[in-house]
Amino acid sequence: MTKKEAKMIDKDGVRADGRKPDELRPTKIEVGVLNNADGSAYIEQGKNKILAAVYGPHEVHPKHLALPHRSRLRCRYHMAPFSVDERKSPAPSRREVELSKVIREALEPSIFLEYYPRTSIDLFIEVLQAHGGTRCAGITVASLALADAGIPMRDLTAACAAGKVEGQLVLDLTDQEDKKGEADVPLAYMPNLDAVTLLQMDGQLTLEEFEKTISLSLEGCKQLYLLQKEALKVKYVAVKEDIEE
Amino acid sequence: MSMIIRVKQKQIAQLISKGKRLDGRELTETREIKVEVGVIEKAEGSARVLLGKTEVLVGVKIEVGTPFPDTPNEGVLTVNAELVPLASPSFEPGPPNENAIELSRVVDRGIRESKAIDLKKLCLEPGKKVLVAFIDVYVLNHDGNLIDASALAALAALLNTKMFKYEMEEGEVKVKPGYTPLPIQNHPIAVTFAKINGKFVVDPWLEEEQVMDARLTMTFGKDDKICALQKGGTGYFTKEQILEIANIAQEKTSEIRKLVVKD
Repeated sequence: MTKKEAKMIDKDGVRADGRKPDELRPTKIEVGVLNNADGSAYIEQGKNKILAAVYGPHEVHPKHLALPHRSRLRCRYHMAPFSVDERKSPAPSRREVELSKVIREALEPSIFLEYYPRTSIDLFIEVLQAHGGTRCAGITVASLALADAGIPMRDLTAACAAGKVEGQLVLDLTDQEDKKGEADVPLAYMPNLDAVTLLQMDGQLTLEEFEKTISLSLEGCKQLYLLQKEALKVKYVAVKEDIEE
Repeated sequence: MSMIIRVKQKQIAQLISKGKRLDGRELTETREIKVEVGVIEKAEGSARVLLGKTEVLVGVKIEVGTPFPDTPNEGVLTVNAELVPLASPSFEPGPPNENAIELSRVVDRGIRESKAIDLKKLCLEPGKKVLVAFIDVYVLNHDGNLIDASALAALAALLNTKMFKYEMEEGEVKVKPGYTPLPIQNHPIAVTFAKINGKFVVDPWLEEEQVMDARLTMTFGKDDKICALQKGGTGYFTKEQILEIANIAQEKTSEIRKLVVKD
């Protein structure tokens, strides 16, 4: 049984979902979506649907985890059991543990943690539907939830992957492109500080391709950064209108 | 971070900005590497690596198992890492924590993405029976840079692996006399950089790790292609720094590769 696999990029360089190689998926971001959380945000990037909430800075439980010189950022990246084709067990997988760590490390440089000694800031990222690039979309949305919580930050962090699919370098890979493609490079970036705070890769790239891939993901991050700022403003315009009424 | 380290932090950082390190190494110099293979007779493959005082033991076990549904024609690769409590006062008994999980996943990524093992050759009967390669990383002494030591020990152990000859006969797995090596087709080598005070050092030892802002691990295959990356720590890198590191990493990995791959 041999079935010819559908190409993911056609001869004109158009991808399976109609995008150009350097085009992001359609992205919608909303800030302040949960009323119990100190800060929250929601993102839809293609078929990805991700919620993020921030609680804190508040007292640390258990108490021995408190740090004398700064706040402790805690992060949980979690996928809902129904977010993927085959049901995922709700218990944290090794992948989720690793991603929680790298997401925390991607966001830590942006926060003035030293302003809140002996406290914790708890960040929860729930992936409701996953379709490739959830760690990056998770960082993008979590950074907004932190800003929405009013936590002093050096910059917003935007994240986006780029990679190689069927010999071509492309931005913002979908699930299929990631699985069948040759390489995937997720990257998180603070544009105002020119700082890369998350960098991972799997697949195979020459040094030359690697350089181009990074440049491509940086461009994607810059576009997302504009969307982030727009989403933050929208919330506060709405608040201002409420007050004036 | 303990107070002693906070005091030393300044000293380490000042030295590094002058291009020197507390243990006398050059910024891009690794510690002495010793590799010993076949140290555990009961394992199909094993290796012990000393990277300075960091010591890692890797054992490879091969078993018959079932393939993943999405790769019915391929054997299975599993990497697990144990930060054994005897290796450091900071390691505690219990299930692997996030550091152990990250370590195992970075080692796994290098082996998997470089296609170091030809997993198709580990298939006995498509969709039903395949060979499973368990790579268990055992950290015996922690003096910094566990990733590079573990990745090197894993590769050395894989190259050292001799497994039974398995064959399918009338729908059953039979073990034939004799041994066969694992089908290895690439040699991934990881090299880790620590960013301290705006400068980079290769192969950070424990005290450098404790004061570093961030680290970046790059894994290269034998064709000089990058096959895995992992940034760690709470600091950041600029694009220029990443590319500078990539160039040094490419050179370093081909030097280190010669220690385990003789041809």
